[in-house]
Amino acid sequence: MSRTRYTRRLPAAVLAAGLALAVSACGGEAADSAAPVTAASAAQLDPNADLSKQSITISVWEGYTPEDLPQRIKDNLKTTLKVTEHATNEDIMAKLTSGADTGLDVAFVSGQYAQALNEAGLLEQLSPELIPNLANLYPEAKELSYDKGNVFSVPYTWGTTGICYRTDLMKTAPTSWNDLLDPPAEAVKKVTMMTTERWLALPAIKALGYSVNTRSDEELAKVKAKLEEAKSKLLKYEDVTFGDMLKSGEAVMVEAWDGWCPTTEKNIEFVVPKEGSDLWVDTMVVLKSSKNKEAGHAFINYILDPKVHSWAAENILYKVPNKAAMDAMNPKLKAENAPLQMTPSDLLKGESIIDLGEDSAKFTRLATEVTAKQ
Amino acid sequence: MTRSAVSGASARSRARRSRALGRLVFLGPGLIYLLVLLLIPLALLISFTVFRRGRFGGVIYEVTGQNFTRLFDPLYLEILLGSLKLATIATLIALLIGYPTAYLIAQLPRKWKTIALVAIVLPFWTNFLIRIYAWIILLSGPGLVNSTLMDLGLIDKPLELLYNQGTIVTGLIYSYLPLMVLPLYAAIEKLDPQLREASANLGASPARTFVSVTLPLTLPGVLTGCLFVFVPSFGNFIIPELLGGGRSVMVGNLIRDQFLKARDWPFGSTLALALIAVLIVLLLLQAWSARRA
Amino acid sequence: MRRSRLLYVPFWAAYAFLYTPIVVLVVMSFNAGESPYVYEGFSLDWYGVLVQNAKIREGLVNTLVVAVGSTVLATVLGTLLAVGLARHTRSRTLDALSVLPAVLPDLVLAIGLLVFYATIKSTLGLHSVLLAHTVFGMAFVTAVVRTRLTGADTSLEEASRDLGATPFTTFLRVTLPQLAPGITAGALLAFTLSIDEFVIAYFTAAPTTPTLPIVIYSMVRFGVTPEINALATLLLLVSFTAVIVTQRMTRLTESLS
Repeated sequence: MSRTRYTRRLPAAVLAAGLALAVSACGGEAADSAAPVTAASAAQLDPNADLSKQSITISVWEGYTPEDLPQRIKDNLKTTLKVTEHATNEDIMAKLTSGADTGLDVAFVSGQYAQALNEAGLLEQLSPELIPNLANLYPEAKELSYDKGNVFSVPYTWGTTGICYRTDLMKTAPTSWNDLLDPPAEAVKKVTMMTTERWLALPAIKALGYSVNTRSDEELAKVKAKLEEAKSKLLKYEDVTFGDMLKSGEAVMVEAWDGWCPTTEKNIEFVVPKEGSDLWVDTMVVLKSSKNKEAGHAFINYILDPKVHSWAAENILYKVPNKAAMDAMNPKLKAENAPLQMTPSDLLKGESIIDLGEDSAKFTRLATEVTAKQ
Repeated sequence: MTRSAVSGASARSRARRSRALGRLVFLGPGLIYLLVLLLIPLALLISFTVFRRGRFGGVIYEVTGQNFTRLFDPLYLEILLGSLKLATIATLIALLIGYPTAYLIAQLPRKWKTIALVAIVLPFWTNFLIRIYAWIILLSGPGLVNSTLMDLGLIDKPLELLYNQGTIVTGLIYSYLPLMVLPLYAAIEKLDPQLREASANLGASPARTFVSVTLPLTLPGVLTGCLFVFVPSFGNFIIPELLGGGRSVMVGNLIRDQFLKARDWPFGSTLALALIAVLIVLLLLQAWSARRA
Repeated sequence: MRRSRLLYVPFWAAYAFLYTPIVVLVVMSFNAGESPYVYEGFSLDWYGVLVQNAKIREGLVNTLVVAVGSTVLATVLGTLLAVGLARHTRSRTLDALSVLPAVLPDLVLAIGLLVFYATIKSTLGLHSVLLAHTVFGMAFVTAVVRTRLTGADTSLEEASRDLGATPFTTFLRVTLPQLAPGITAGALLAFTLSIDEFVIAYFTAAPTTPTLPIVIYSMVRFGVTPEINALATLLLLVSFTAVIVTQRMTRLTESLS
């Protein structure tokens, strides 16, 4: 008797409990109703904080910071650095926006994602007095459209997206995005494009002459058609291992971020297609949930030191937005790797990708439609 | 359950209290744990289906039906149907391979039976992801399958074996074949061989015997095996991602993407609900036919 | 009875299909070269690299912590629940509930827990994975112990109660020892499932505390060296040994009892 009463009430009770939890959490869920926090409301940080009592946990792409960075941080900042990795922007965004505390202090995310994180109220507004090395940045790097004035992010590397290809396996060098979307015979089914939605769309957007930040349904429909056409000649969508696939010959031409193209190999080259491309920036952000904000700032400041920044650049072969660092770079490396020779004005010809807020769902849908089409 | 004779209200209420206490101690901890860590999360998920996504990926607690309307968008229906298709194909092929295998194992002498069964399960004991990775290596352009075929002169350029739907189905079958064989084996093993002999003695051909005697009697095992393969196949996202090369989207990827890329938890929850709905329908079908068998 | 020769084709095909990738994995783990495609001679180097890989060590430790913790919790809760379901209630709903985590697709359980942890603003870490693994571990323990209980001889338990023992003493002294093989089997199952579990861990772990499957996932995604083959071979060896040992032990205990 008591048994049936109890089991009859149970489902209703559970559903009620669940709804109650959800609604009560709504009060604390300030994530999107909050307007972007202004610099004035940032909590005061202590410039003389004892860093040995803090630690720094960062999340970064694999191979994007030199192996001995933790040791260097230990020697110079007297604090422990723990490096965790993420494979793509979307991976780390998922962890950061899930609402649960990730234990991260500093995250490396591309510019438009830093913008999104900031609008969601998840980023600490930076205290420039704790990052004097900001002065080392190129002036252009301080006025990037997703974060003018480096209010919540500091650029780590920057570059553009283009075509990375095997010179020995391609009859003629590619010059246009159309060479990627409609490849010559020797490259059919040996082409890869990226999976991250904004970069998946990029080749088609530029081939059609649109803006990378377009919100127009009409334009996006044409972009989708072009991408669907290209899909049949594609090997796969790949964000991470396209360099290795080029080296092994599985792929012959890939869409690549400039620094991730293994131009150190004799038979691999990088080219920015004639229709133009984007300007992407990988940035460092300090999370509002961090309990080691001073250490986080000190980390960023340390990275911006020209000696450190150039050492990072030489290690990962990406351009850094730090004039002194770029000038200090080993000239031989620059000579052998064309992407490193690009100047800020070259880069600024590219269009900076910004977060599109509500309209970013259009790109998500575009990516889903293209990848789902059989 | 016998009880020693009780007399007097106090003895009865003591017994009732002790029964209630027993229930509390045994059922309590487990049920409370499941309530908090299973039912409430599921209730939350279900409740999310009526809310909407915030501008930068939170949840806005305003009731709306837009997730359900969106579910019936042809894009998502196609993905659901496509996943059903792939999962069904994988299940059927697994059945076609698994049934004879289980049948023959059941005929083996006792010692070999155990070895054969362990041999079916052993591959399960390397990590799932590494097994998938092995298939990428096997099927890629420079991989073993292609290079063997080329060395044998059967083909002159590599076949496109990787990063398509066929690869996904292969991966699904590979991952869940043991789950098909084991329940089939259990069902076949229980069969009374005399029934088959009787059927043969009455003049039925082996095929007829199989269709009219063996198959119906092993049907519960068939259905269990199919369920064990279908459920993880339908909701899978790793295999389509790693073996499909991002060129196919199954409902598992879609759900994963809503939660980890698009950060649209309400819609992701709605998709998850659709997934559960399909599975409930299949479970009910299985229970109904098991009762009829 | 005449058996068609044709039946042997799928039989051997099944084993060949299951083992070809395994054989390739193991053979290439001894590859002196770096390529997964070209065998350049025998070498144990990759095992050396593997042992020195700090990420893998960390993942392994985390996985063991989660597996042991969740197995213990799942075994206790699951056994109690199984006894409760078999002896103290006749509710079919509760029966179904106890099995639900095993039947639910792991993706759904994973996102449900992610949503739950986010809503209660919990931190993520090994604890979040451990609690998550206990949910499905429990379902399997309950199921296995249940099968031992249904149809089991209740006369000893009745005798115990008739002699005046409380339900709890009966449980401890009579039921539990009878259930021991089932409990062990259930615990083993829960442990095995937890060690290899990826999907739920992927959604509920913190970036700073990955489990071994999560580490392997990033290795596979980043493109790999034969180090991963070495890992696969070792895992195979360890599980195989564990099975042989358990087999010998159960035969031993059975022959002793």
